[in-house]
Amino acid sequence: MNNNLQFWIVILALGLLTFSIRASFLVMMKNQQLHPRVSIGLKFIPTSVLAALALPAVFLTRTNGIQFTEPERWLAGSVALLVAWCSKNILATILSGMLTLWIAKHIFG
Amino acid sequence: MNISVNSFNKGALASSPLLTGVIPFGIICGVTCTETGLNQWEALGMSSIIFAGASQIVVTQLMNEQTPILIIVFTAFLINLRMLMYSASLAPHLNHETRRKRAFLSYFLTDQAYATSLRRFLDENQSPVDKPSFYLGAGLLMWTVFNVTTFLGASLGSLIPDEWELDFAIPLTFIALLVPLIKSRIELVTSVLAGGIAIAAYAVPLNLGLLLAAAAGISVGSLFELKNEQ
Repeated sequence: MNNNLQFWIVILALGLLTFSIRASFLVMMKNQQLHPRVSIGLKFIPTSVLAALALPAVFLTRTNGIQFTEPERWLAGSVALLVAWCSKNILATILSGMLTLWIAKHIFG
Repeated sequence: MNISVNSFNKGALASSPLLTGVIPFGIICGVTCTETGLNQWEALGMSSIIFAGASQIVVTQLMNEQTPILIIVFTAFLINLRMLMYSASLAPHLNHETRRKRAFLSYFLTDQAYATSLRRFLDENQSPVDKPSFYLGAGLLMWTVFNVTTFLGASLGSLIPDEWELDFAIPLTFIALLVPLIKSRIELVTSVLAGGIAIAAYAVPLNLGLLLAAAAGISVGSLFELKNEQ
């Protein structure tokens, strides 16, 4: 399938779905409350999905079949994890990871 | 629609400190868009239609990995499901408005607009505000800044050479979003579990290992919480 067409299908579908999440209680069920059981499930979604995205993306790649990424990326990912833990700051985390990657590539590459 | 300018400005002002997070995040969103070959106008289209940065970066990452459309949309949808809680929790404060106005207001629902508004609405020590106007002030400020910064980020990203390996900013962003959310031991355990399974199941076709891993984290976490409640 055309890549650009695929992109816009994803954008429009996700846009609609995201709007319906936002509108759910505000528009459709304004006098109802979220069931406590549902909130418990919702609580673990962001951490589980983000962890399932982040870890493989640091260590593995699908570019030419499944392969390990370069060790420089493992190092940079670990530094970013440490910085994220200490600073809780998005910008500091991303910058520290990128800087580590560039420095490590410069030294070992 | 009747907007109280005073309350609108108060909302914008109250949410403005959060821009220190939104500005770099918007730029990263724009930069990562160019990693999948989008230009700044496509990035702007994405930001204004979806208007939820984390899920947009998920889309970028999964498009790079040639994931089927359905799985891309579903994974990004999961990331945005947290806004169900925000919608439920804001509804009692905005339920005097017309249906059309509530639909308009809900488009601007974000982590930032929600947090700013609810804090103010529940604060009995402060003078009352016109709630829809206050919320819209916060939401519209976030919307404007996020869209401008993704556009700038995408313009910037297309100028940066491939040797800089900016594609790595995507997993770094996931780490940056994940870690501050881990506030308890069970969240740490389920995150490690989900991440570990995602690596082990990386070879599962269609990138389904990702959903398998997320499902494991979510179910183990929920079962633990439910058991703890009893």
